[in-house]
Amino acid sequence: MTTKVLICLYENEVCPRFDLTREVLIAVIDKDSTVRAEKEVVLPQASLDMLCQMILTEGIQVVICGGIEEEYYQYLKWKNVKVLDSVVGDCKLVLQRLAVGRLKSGDILVE
Amino acid sequence: MSDKMHPDPLPHETGTLDLSVALPFIIDELPLGVIVMDCERHAALLNRGMEALTGFHRKEAGTIACRHIVRGDFCLEKCPVLSMSRVSGMMCIEGNIVNRERQKIPVRVTFAPIRDSQGHHIGFFETFEDIRALGAQEGKKSGAYTFGQLVGRSPQMEQIYRFLPMIAQSNSSVLLTGETGTGKDLVAEAIHHESSRAKGAFIKVNCGALPATLLESELFGHQKGAFTGAVENKPGRFRLAHNGTLFLAEIGDLPLSLQVKLLTFLDDRIVHPLGSTKGFFCDVRVIAATHRNLEQMVREGSFREDLLFRLNVVRMQVPPLRERRDDVQLLLDHFLQTFVSKFKKPTIGFSADALQILLSYHYPGNVRELKNIVEYASNVCQQNQILAEHLPAYLTNPIPLEQTPVSSTRQRSTSLSMNPEENGENPDQAALERKIIIDAILKTREGKKEGSEWPAIERKMIVDAIIKTQGRLNKAAAVLGWSRSKLYRKIHQYGIET
Repeated sequence: MTTKVLICLYENEVCPRFDLTREVLIAVIDKDSTVRAEKEVVLPQASLDMLCQMILTEGIQVVICGGIEEEYYQYLKWKNVKVLDSVVGDCKLVLQRLAVGRLKSGDILVE
Repeated sequence: MSDKMHPDPLPHETGTLDLSVALPFIIDELPLGVIVMDCERHAALLNRGMEALTGFHRKEAGTIACRHIVRGDFCLEKCPVLSMSRVSGMMCIEGNIVNRERQKIPVRVTFAPIRDSQGHHIGFFETFEDIRALGAQEGKKSGAYTFGQLVGRSPQMEQIYRFLPMIAQSNSSVLLTGETGTGKDLVAEAIHHESSRAKGAFIKVNCGALPATLLESELFGHQKGAFTGAVENKPGRFRLAHNGTLFLAEIGDLPLSLQVKLLTFLDDRIVHPLGSTKGFFCDVRVIAATHRNLEQMVREGSFREDLLFRLNVVRMQVPPLRERRDDVQLLLDHFLQTFVSKFKKPTIGFSADALQILLSYHYPGNVRELKNIVEYASNVCQQNQILAEHLPAYLTNPIPLEQTPVSSTRQRSTSLSMNPEENGENPDQAALERKIIIDAILKTREGKKEGSEWPAIERKMIVDAIIKTQGRLNKAAAVLGWSRSKLYRKIHQYGIET
């Protein structure tokens, strides 16, 4: 079974704020923990509605972000999207950690 | 940015500050969130307040960029620290943060650079004030039909209330126009308090109050020894208003020489004090106000056109009271309430007669005049209701237009001349109608309480004083506590034969 992941980006890091995200990385993690089919999407503007719409239409199962408001956290949870928030670190590192099943909310990954 | 922006190296402190102290213990006691950063904007230290505000522990600091801890809406593209590293002063903004509990918290943030004893820049210091409670309080404090200190519910005022928050959020220069007494200064203050500069200073300067030479020094400051009497450095109002708002009242009275200097400042935001070779960067929002017609002044050559264009970024016309008659009653009640509680009077309202006079008056001095009338009446009135006789005499005994003093004729004719255009009324007709209303009120009352009118009482006082002093008017004036000329005028007014 594969997992489709969306990481909110700011430069090469996880974006500190979900609502200020202008760029996202969408990746698929295979059952054998390999990361494939990565793509970066630049949003025309930071918009919560647009971002949530994208998460749902792309069929994202896990969202990785920095700070997120309770309202949007609960909304995504209600839509069966797992949200790992307050994550700090380089997106590649974060993705690797997620692939091996060792990423949780609040993790600070510094090389 | 050149070195001139940096202050001189700090003098080496001696005494208490020579002792090494643990900074965390000091900042932990502050009732604010504090974060100390290095030059790379990595969080080096958090205090207890900041831990509570963000949910991050201080052990997590030191390794990650401050934006991951603060998570403010100002952190990404428009991080204030980036612009601050080039300028020397502190900076204050309002924004919001999202903490680990997923709460969005409105905050007021103050940024300041940290320098060592040699003046070298070594980091940044940020304080965070949670303003959730402040917002709730402000909501309670400002009642219906008010905005800051502005009061009104007319469509014109509602439009101003709608525009003010939008204007406040920008940093553009504002030009407020409107007649005297309309509340331009209150509008300026409301803009300042609604803006992110609210924590900064609001400095007001009346450009018409000082001669040109003094005004230049007052606005831009001077260096010690710049001129005779300049015994020490003076920062000037622009520098005092750094991170805040400078309100230039009566900008139309600003001398031409200073208009050029103001123009230069609006271009580069650098203030050059008198006699100084250094320039100082000032982050100041300029709000200018005038009751004059600046376009006409430009045509006459007494105001620079380019300055008008720079100030005229956001223009707001504050309406005169006669154009918002719906607000008169509201303002009367508002000021009565204010003065009654201030003077501790038992007064609770206006009588029907007094109200009719007050509502029919055209208020050439606008809200300021209305306020003064209510203050006078509140002072004079000792009962629980303000009667017509408690109002200033010029309301109940209007001076005929031909007898009006020159200065007030000019003022009144200015305001009245707008009436026919706006209301389709003849000013003389309006004055006549008002006189008829007042006469009718007085006549009605004459039947009820003859002799109790103030003019009658005053006439009696004069006659008594003259009788008492056996016709010697100098002494009679002294008895009444008046000047001789005032007594003569009153004698003439009441047709008393001496």
